[in-house]
Amino acid sequence: METLEQIKNRAELAARGAKIDIIANPGPSQQLSLLIDHEHAVAIARFLRDHPALKFDHCSNVTGVDWLDRTVKKTVKVKQMIDGVEKEVDQTTEEKTPGYLEAVYHLFSMKHKDGPLIIRMRTSDRGEGARLPSLTPVWRSAEFQEREIFDLYGVRFDGHPDLRRILMWDEFEDFPMRKDYREPDDYEYEPTPHDDVLEKAKQHYAPRPQLDGAENITAQQ
Amino acid sequence: MSDQIDEGLRSELQRQGIWVTSMQELYNWGRKNSIWPLQFGLACCAIEMIATAASRYDIARFGGEVFRPSPRQADLMIVAGTVTKKMAPQIVRLYNQMPDPKYVISMGACAISGGPFKQGYNVLKGIDRYIPVDVYIPGCPPRPEALLHAFMELQRKIDSQKLTGDKKAAHLDPAQPSEFPVPAFGAHDLEPPANPRVFQPPKIERT
Repeated sequence: METLEQIKNRAELAARGAKIDIIANPGPSQQLSLLIDHEHAVAIARFLRDHPALKFDHCSNVTGVDWLDRTVKKTVKVKQMIDGVEKEVDQTTEEKTPGYLEAVYHLFSMKHKDGPLIIRMRTSDRGEGARLPSLTPVWRSAEFQEREIFDLYGVRFDGHPDLRRILMWDEFEDFPMRKDYREPDDYEYEPTPHDDVLEKAKQHYAPRPQLDGAENITAQQ
Repeated sequence: MSDQIDEGLRSELQRQGIWVTSMQELYNWGRKNSIWPLQFGLACCAIEMIATAASRYDIARFGGEVFRPSPRQADLMIVAGTVTKKMAPQIVRLYNQMPDPKYVISMGACAISGGPFKQGYNVLKGIDRYIPVDVYIPGCPPRPEALLHAFMELQRKIDSQKLTGDKKAAHLDPAQPSEFPVPAFGAHDLEPPANPRVFQPPKIERT
């Protein structure tokens, strides 16, 4: 397989004005991925599928990721003049990253027997802007998986032929795989609770009946 | 039976070639030896249920081999597997479509309480929230022997049911319901999340 830089450069040439970033993976697998922009997503996908040197004709997997709002604290050593002497001082800056939702596509090439190539798309935010272009017109196998992402994460795919819930019922309103989802409270009967369940079950515990002192009476020897 | 005729007299008569019985005994004997289960499975427990029906474990020895594909012809519902919230209304509807007398075996950890998926957003925490359960089988999944044991336990239960009097069987009592409300798909959960008429968990007293 070509290197990710080569693929990125080729795709940027093929789809004029496309903006592609290489996303590093800090995990041990070091599996890098391409972040593609919304406007050129379908063009880039078509290019990856059809170019004779690439032929990523099989989209094996599509998943969603939820990234909450984050504040990253960075500590930088800065040289400062204090009382006429130059000293190194720690300076802490807080950087706020707004949350977003992400769709990750794993592509393989049946023709060249290689892969995976991982491409990602990110929504602008987690609310109204949770929209992405659908890649179902390019890879038919993405249809159900994009529906699943819509069902569980609430990402709307523009251009999807049949965007409905697939696992939960149609009347359902929540998005259960989002990190801020709270499930309904049906923990009224938990005979052996522990950890998180214990905390939830405690809301349903009946208070101990008031003792009347009879429990202190012991049998006379 | 034994409350109507002396056991000693009965065995004495039997020795003379006269077999004395009662309507109740005859009726329950017939019922308990031809329990037709409803043929449906929900998850991996269904595989064990199939093994129980096949030749090695052979539930036919107990009169339960005729798995019916229609609830109208079934006496027993074996809830074999995880009941998802999307599936629960259909299970209740199938139960309602079964004719009286009808029985339910809750097979495996999932059907009892939600099992390993208990904390999930999509799994019902026990089918006994909506329909009355006669026999529970723990296990994940229970072995075929456990299902046979539950089946024999159910036979014992049927055999002890009364036809008359205050403690008569539920299906003979017009005041007892034979159908239960089907839960509706709500915006966040099934509505209602449990039928309080069926599901009465003990209040846990703890501090």
